[in-house]
Amino acid sequence: MRWIRKHVIGAIAILVLVYLFLPIAVVIAFSFNNPVGKYNLSWNEFSFDAWTQICGVPGVCSSFVTSLQIGLISTTFATILGTLIAFALVRYRFRGRSSTNLLIFMPMATPEIVMGSSLLALFLNLSFPLGSVTVMIAHIMFIISFVVVAVKARLQGMDPRLEEAARDLYASPAATFRYVTFPLVLPGIIGAALLGFSLSFDDFIISFFNAGTLVTFPIYIWGAAQRGIPPQVNALASLVFVSALLIVLGAQVVSWRKRRALSIR
Amino acid sequence: MAPVMPAIANTPTIAEVSQRKSRVAYWLLIPGLAWLAFFFVVPLVTLFMTSLQTESTTSPGKYVSGFQLSNYTDAISEYWPQFLRSFLYAGLATGFALLIAYPLAYFIAFKAGNWRSLMLVLVVAPSFASFLLRTYAWKTILADDGPVTSTLNSMHLLPDGRILNTGIAVVAGLTYNFLPFMVLPLYAALDKVDYRLIEAGNDLYGSPQQVFRKVTWPLSMPGVVAGTLLTFIPAAGDFINAELLGSTKDKMIGNVIQTNFIEFRDYPTASALSFALMAVILVMVVSYIRRSGTEDLV
Repeated sequence: MRWIRKHVIGAIAILVLVYLFLPIAVVIAFSFNNPVGKYNLSWNEFSFDAWTQICGVPGVCSSFVTSLQIGLISTTFATILGTLIAFALVRYRFRGRSSTNLLIFMPMATPEIVMGSSLLALFLNLSFPLGSVTVMIAHIMFIISFVVVAVKARLQGMDPRLEEAARDLYASPAATFRYVTFPLVLPGIIGAALLGFSLSFDDFIISFFNAGTLVTFPIYIWGAAQRGIPPQVNALASLVFVSALLIVLGAQVVSWRKRRALSIR
Repeated sequence: MAPVMPAIANTPTIAEVSQRKSRVAYWLLIPGLAWLAFFFVVPLVTLFMTSLQTESTTSPGKYVSGFQLSNYTDAISEYWPQFLRSFLYAGLATGFALLIAYPLAYFIAFKAGNWRSLMLVLVVAPSFASFLLRTYAWKTILADDGPVTSTLNSMHLLPDGRILNTGIAVVAGLTYNFLPFMVLPLYAALDKVDYRLIEAGNDLYGSPQQVFRKVTWPLSMPGVVAGTLLTFIPAAGDFINAELLGSTKDKMIGNVIQTNFIEFRDYPTASALSFALMAVILVMVVSYIRRSGTEDLV
């Protein structure tokens, strides 16, 4: 009885993780399915077809590339804009700090459907043509806040004495930034960019409102859901999942090794 | 906020030197804040103005600016069931998510040891697979002839004899999709809790229930507040789960806004519903923030 009590939280934790991964297992498994009819919902037989002909269905790969491009461009802009704000918030004193915080907090506290529909209302009123530009404008807007939060956390966690030491050793402000501050913040910026990219790549609601005839990967899936999602979509999504997992786990191993090397010394 | 060090010595610290140059701060802020102003604030104003537009008398189907407050009363009297259902489903999903996220976050914060960072990666990892595909996968898992439905049916637990295309599936999907948003803030809050306080509670002969109620839960409150907000807000505005997993009787306000905006092109009605959703959620968020402070959440 005592043993059960001791391990009950661990058991629940593992069950919750299983719950989180159950649909992923289905997504990956069904990339190896040879579906009967158009719906890839019940298991028929094992097949590598979706993987060997991953672009075999028209529209799948082009929508995938569109999402990659939009993700890259939006993330680049949002990372720059968000990092600048994070520096201002942590390193400077200025009037209007609380309204700045509010403006950054608001997009994260607003349902996507409100942001998507309000941007569409703006573009319609301006008669601005919908397409990749409007989608990127929207993505940059909602990613900025996440970048600010991530970079701000990294900046606040930095030891201020490291920069003071650089100053004491007669480094110019520019040199201090170039050789001390920036390398220390960089992991935070990279993390923020990766988060921003994954948000942009997977965004459906905001993109759907502002895409016009443009088809991103999630918009393709949405359309396909009505007439049957081909297993190629599962194969591509599995590929994204595995590569993202490898990147994150790789980063974990690197930081773990660094910490170990430091503690040995 | 950056800790402001008291000026003990005459030599100014870097923080003090840079804080004087507040003009630099504005140059750093302007590009990003301008973007947010143009593409977040201005659109909300446009949304509000669109929600008051009236149909043109000369060309039907076109809308001209006006002050048609009846758009709101009409929209809400027509769609109040979907409105209420959205808050009900989102509330249920938030409750379930809190219930199952808490043990997981607690375990990661206090019991996981060396496995801590790996477990955190595992919490985030599902988000790397497409949101839509994961939701679609629940169609397979909860299928009428699938193991989950038949097991629950053999125990006579399902009122309709099925899960898919019912409200249960929608709430299950919402709970699933926003669970990481509950786990992460809970973990962040529990991680800051000094475990010795919990041990002290145990040492002073508090029962596990008492220690949880009087020590752990109150200390984890910032995480509970942030987690419930981050789960409830996207869940209330979601239309993907209701569309893929529910029937026409389970539609949420998001579905109504989406179809009115994109299919029927009834912009004033859709804008009124969207703005009303925003207003209701804003009131809830502000009352939460009053208690916890924005700095903690940003």
